[in-house]
Amino acid sequence: MPKIDRSSGLSWRKHTTKKELTIWLYWLIGLSIVTYAWNLISEKTIWFFVQDAGTQAIDIGSRMVPPKLSYMDKLWQPVWDTINIATIGTIIALIIAVPVAFAAAKNTTPHPLIRTIALFIIVSSRSVNSLIWALILVFICGPGIFAGTIAIGLRSIGFCAKLLYEAIEEIDHNQVEAIQATGASRAQQMLYGIVPQVLPTFAGVGVYRWDINIRESTILGLVGAGGIGLQLNGSINTLAWTQVSMILLVILGTVIISEWISAKVRHAII
Amino acid sequence: MLRIEDLNKKYPTGDEALKDVKLEVPKGQVMALIGPSGAGKSTLIRCVNRLVEPTKGKVFLGDLELTELSRWKLRQARRRMGMIFQEYALVERLTVMENVLSGRLGYVGFWRSWFRRFPGEDVREAYRLLDRVGLMEMADKRADELSGGQRQRVGICRALIQNPDLLLVDEPTASLDPKTSRQIMRLINELCDERSLAAIINIHDVLLAQMFSKRIVGLEQGSIVYDGPPEDLTPEVLTRIYGEENWEATIGKVEEENEEEDSTISKAAS
Repeated sequence: MPKIDRSSGLSWRKHTTKKELTIWLYWLIGLSIVTYAWNLISEKTIWFFVQDAGTQAIDIGSRMVPPKLSYMDKLWQPVWDTINIATIGTIIALIIAVPVAFAAAKNTTPHPLIRTIALFIIVSSRSVNSLIWALILVFICGPGIFAGTIAIGLRSIGFCAKLLYEAIEEIDHNQVEAIQATGASRAQQMLYGIVPQVLPTFAGVGVYRWDINIRESTILGLVGAGGIGLQLNGSINTLAWTQVSMILLVILGTVIISEWISAKVRHAII
Repeated sequence: MLRIEDLNKKYPTGDEALKDVKLEVPKGQVMALIGPSGAGKSTLIRCVNRLVEPTKGKVFLGDLELTELSRWKLRQARRRMGMIFQEYALVERLTVMENVLSGRLGYVGFWRSWFRRFPGEDVREAYRLLDRVGLMEMADKRADELSGGQRQRVGICRALIQNPDLLLVDEPTASLDPKTSRQIMRLINELCDERSLAAIINIHDVLLAQMFSKRIVGLEQGSIVYDGPPEDLTPEVLTRIYGEENWEATIGKVEEENEEEDSTISKAAS
């Protein structure tokens, strides 16, 4: 009811008075919850430890410098492993994600039941963090790079398939219709009408996920699934802080390079 | 060539797009279908090649009853009907050549179309058509690099390379400027003449319809309310099709005006 008749002429407000009051009420409820939660956190925190957090940080920080450069000799292999875990994991994920995405998209799915199954695969892959996948897989196939690669792959299927099937659903249907009108088969309609339209998304998603996976694979070693995280865990446990800082620098460098590569590739595609 | 008997289309929403439409288009006739937006023009031509499934009625292409064909037989029948679209409906990310050759998909197997290995005769025909419409130089450009008029000419080539008996043309000039519209309409007419093709052209520009076709059919709310030569389109008839309006200025001289610049395409092409 934004229009109001008054003696002074027409007046306009976005909300009615009642709606405005409701909005304020929601704000009040929201703020009360935040305040309550803040109190709860404060009660459960031992402030004695927090008080010297600054000193502790400076202490560890000072032990971290200078980074132990000679340790690099032992890091090349784990860095290489980490990159391989991310790359092969992403490739596996993409190979599986493509058919899943076509089965999940409303306009290409062969059957609603198959769509449900595809959506379930996507949700279950996405709902489990790659660290947890790795934890389970280390139990199943033993510690090492293999478990890490599969963990990264399983986690990425859902991510890639979801973005891909959304892209498939958003294509311009006219182009498909035009191909259909020529007497092309369903497979040919997909090849000429749909694939060219989603190819940039496919490449973009792949590179983006690879970039994320480089970062994720650096921590997989914490649960024994290979990569540089193994060294990180060992160094922290032995309080070798100069090694820890060296590893952190290497991870930072790797991530920067991977971001640079993915930005370049994405730019080239679009 | 084309015979439509008591065609009905009712959309699931309850809209009756077509009501008992009867229409016959002989070989070599270019027929303009006019009518207001929502009159059912697009639905009518889409019911012919069954991009839209008619609810009731029969459509014959020659002696072939299109409305009773199985999926597989329908694909073969669609090869005999070329379609030209309003927004060109080219596959934007494919090249001009690929777009033209996609008109042959109904004749080419899946793997050949995957690897773009079209028969030599198809490729030669594609070059002949591109030459005919004056786009020889554009063959390797991507479709989204072309201007509107150029794109529509590629759309025309895609329809013609099917070597069809019938052209279904859906608002070919709706997104083009007046000059390009005339050039495109002239080109379609010339090509239909050369190949003695039958065509149904949906068009909402009454003047263009009058200029370029010998027979005009008026559709209003799913029913044919006029069927006759362009000379007989009186203000009364237009009122019957479109509703009350001052029509005097819309009704043009039926002889086509011969503007110098308009004939450039025909010259360049011949």
